[in-house]
Amino acid sequence: MIYKETGQYKSSYKSDHAIFPLIQDKVLFSTLMLIAFLVVPFFINSYWEKAILVPFLIFSLAAIGLNILTGYCGQVSLGTGGFMAVGAFSTYKIMTSFPDLNIMIIVLISGVITAAVGIVFGLPSLRIKGFYLAVATLAAQFFLVWLFNKVPWFYNYSATGQITVSERLMFGIPVTGATAPPYATYLFCLVLVVLLGFAAKNMIRSKIGRSWMAIRDMDIAAEIIGVPPLKTKLSAFAVSSFFIGVSGALYFAIFLGAIEVTESFDIMTMSFPVLFMIIIGGLGSMLGSFLGAGFIVTLPIGLKFIMVDLIGLSAVTAKHFEISIWGLLMIVFLIVEPHGLARLWSITKEKLRRWPFPY
Amino acid sequence: MSVDLLNFIETVLNGLMSGVMYSLVALGFVLIFKASGVFNFAQGVFALFAALTLVGYQTGQVPFAHLINELFGTNYHHWYASMPNFLAIILTMITMIALAWVIERLVLKHLINQEPIILFMATIGLAFVLEGVGDLMWGSNVKVLDVGIPSGGSEWLEQATIGLAPEGSDYYGMYVDVLNVWASVIAVVLVVSLALFSQYTKTGRALRAVADDHQAALSVGISLRTIWVLVWAISGFIAMVAGIMWGTESGVQFSLSLIALKALPVLILGGFTSIPGAIIGGLMIGVGEKLAEIYIGGFFQIGALENWFAYVMALVFLLFRPQGLFGEKIIERV
Amino acid sequence: MSLQDLQNIPYGKKILELKNISLAFGGVKALTDVSFEVNKGEVFAIIGPNGAGKSSMLNVINGFYKPTSGLINFAGTDRKGMEPEFAAKSGIARTFQNIALFKGMSTLDNLMTGRLLKQKQNFLMQALYFGPAGKEEEIHREKVERVIDFLDLQSIRRTPVGSLPYGLQKRVELGRALAMEPEILLLDEPMAGMNVEEKQDMSRFVLTVNNEFKTTIVLIEHDMGVVMDISDRIVVLDYGKKIGSGFPQEIRNNKAVIDAYLGVSDD
Repeated sequence: MIYKETGQYKSSYKSDHAIFPLIQDKVLFSTLMLIAFLVVPFFINSYWEKAILVPFLIFSLAAIGLNILTGYCGQVSLGTGGFMAVGAFSTYKIMTSFPDLNIMIIVLISGVITAAVGIVFGLPSLRIKGFYLAVATLAAQFFLVWLFNKVPWFYNYSATGQITVSERLMFGIPVTGATAPPYATYLFCLVLVVLLGFAAKNMIRSKIGRSWMAIRDMDIAAEIIGVPPLKTKLSAFAVSSFFIGVSGALYFAIFLGAIEVTESFDIMTMSFPVLFMIIIGGLGSMLGSFLGAGFIVTLPIGLKFIMVDLIGLSAVTAKHFEISIWGLLMIVFLIVEPHGLARLWSITKEKLRRWPFPY
Repeated sequence: MSVDLLNFIETVLNGLMSGVMYSLVALGFVLIFKASGVFNFAQGVFALFAALTLVGYQTGQVPFAHLINELFGTNYHHWYASMPNFLAIILTMITMIALAWVIERLVLKHLINQEPIILFMATIGLAFVLEGVGDLMWGSNVKVLDVGIPSGGSEWLEQATIGLAPEGSDYYGMYVDVLNVWASVIAVVLVVSLALFSQYTKTGRALRAVADDHQAALSVGISLRTIWVLVWAISGFIAMVAGIMWGTESGVQFSLSLIALKALPVLILGGFTSIPGAIIGGLMIGVGEKLAEIYIGGFFQIGALENWFAYVMALVFLLFRPQGLFGEKIIERV
Repeated sequence: MSLQDLQNIPYGKKILELKNISLAFGGVKALTDVSFEVNKGEVFAIIGPNGAGKSSMLNVINGFYKPTSGLINFAGTDRKGMEPEFAAKSGIARTFQNIALFKGMSTLDNLMTGRLLKQKQNFLMQALYFGPAGKEEEIHREKVERVIDFLDLQSIRRTPVGSLPYGLQKRVELGRALAMEPEILLLDEPMAGMNVEEKQDMSRFVLTVNNEFKTTIVLIEHDMGVVMDISDRIVVLDYGKKIGSGFPQEIRNNKAVIDAYLGVSDD
């Protein structure tokens, strides 16, 4: 009876509509936040930073972004890599053009620029639906990557075509570049993820979120009760692209530091993995975005450990295994649990509610 | 004829030829979509998988050799040195049929009545599985595929066109790959036989019935699952043909499945349910792409427009005709 | 035209008039030259055999279809056709023959979508949530809770509607329309597929809405007993044409109507 709901009465609509209506959830979440902000920064080393925590946070943002568009608004997008590239290259251009601008502001502006690009590529969504739209987003993916690869202005005419981050400070501590300490990059990402995560959740539980879901579940009926289809879909594209853009900016500026666009933001290396995250994590679930990101970030590490270190396979063979396992997991989740890990969690909660009694 | 005009004709010709390749993959998409309502994202990987398997049989590779060797410290590579082409092709065909059966058993059966978009995403997963398994079975190195289809520039055309240019210009004649001509011939044969099959055989009629209405087809005693296996097997066959053509041209490698993504805009142009649409859409994309590369790319001094032009072309097209060239008009009802 | 104008029309006076409406899809004629008017505050029924064009008529009224010819006079203004969003804004709500709920959302959220047009906060405020956006949510939640009480939906407040039985889904759909606080309520076969008790419940809800909120109701229904009992006036369509109209008693004795339902012998 860990998850006991009985006795938790709500006396106002406000408390009933809270993000965590149950006291247990509230406690769990607060503890996690305390650990994340007050404990982890003191123990984080560069392996945890680079291999797990920072990529987890960055991909969580990307997954929330895609989940808003695909999970909540029902518009499948295969162009995540392209939109992340917009965020990364905006950050690079702004950084090099305005050396004194604060990095946090640069990242947020990059998100806004990506949102604008997202709106442009979302325009066809009024006329086309389903996989037609998925193909249309492929246009965004391939066009954007090509643009950043072939037009030298975007990478400041550097000989290699790479973009490289320079050092930027936050409260006197470097957060980008080679000298940034692990706790600084981690905290920078964490703050953004927490703030934007709450913003996303608030939108989802408000009018705009309900409009998205109405369009997703039945666009014709939505139109008839007065949801403007174009405006709603474009707002989903904009908000989604904002999140994905910020995540792309962080991926470049905080995580990798140097990027070659065709390698980092390819459809295979970026768009599909993020899609996997939301399917495995749970379409239309905030928690799912985080679980999916965590799963996809840690899966290769775990697989590599088992296959290379324990069994002794070569890294190439292990990589092939990993690709098949991703695909397999995707199919299994779609068949067995289309609502993903998030649903599994709520089933667990259901069980915990009755524990230790079987019924 | 001026040299410019000759160059233009050459570009269009080559565009048509590469368009045929797109059409081949698109054909497989359309078949599956019509019969099972599944938008099979894995069709491109099908082509790759078929080509890999074909090379594997041809050269007598031991499947999963890398894996076995790494696990047990053995050193297996090949069973035999070579196998006749027709035998390898037949074996590959059998493999593709088996694959279709396995896919129906393990994936499709469990996803009946799911929303189309869920099925679509499942095929993305399928694409990854096939890619990984293909690499595990046959290795990920670039392979040469040769089943005896002639390739290289057509000398006859080169000689024939050289005289068309004005006297004194340094025109060397048109370059058209013979392989592409073969591909076109094979595509025509495939389409004609498919059309005949679906019009004049009992199975073909059942196939069209399923395409029209699953439940109605079930109610007259057509086995949906048999039809699905059949359709996926035919698509596997088409994928094999496409894989052979592409593999011969540029080697069997992963990028094959990416080229195959180009079949998606083809479908948008042609409509998801139309076989002639797939052919004409493919040709349009092929020509449009080549023209854009030479003329737009040439004008702006920028290359590789082929990467995205097809998609943008399809996108613009969609805005004016959402159902595609030959697709049925969608009437929304409430 | 605003909701206000609609509210200012006195009861019993014309609120909606369809003038010579024709609708064709390609060569198929769904409606031919149909005219009738609806008065404010009445229960108005559209009846007719299957394929008579009843649902098409509702779709014309709330702007999902644009008539090929004819005019719609809505609150005193002639229009060539309506727009769904405009119709919703001006106080026309509807339910559908094949339930059109948002299946992935809970009953509460479905009803809250009925309040969308009345919520004014922009998305940035909603992202912040504190302050005005949160208050707005609560105000509308309260209105929705009244509808939930009225329709007895309390126990399924948090249930995803996709998993509810058919009769309840119909009720939730009515709830969503009511949450819009409409002036005109279009009901497309609200009692189809229900058993007698469910039909009684539904009839009671419809009549209460009509009596207490003075909502004008336009309804399509096949059950003649129900139609004759609850409607004030009736129009009869057959093959897209109007074959009769009037009070229930008149319809009962109308020769053309009886022929349409029972068939005419050839001699």
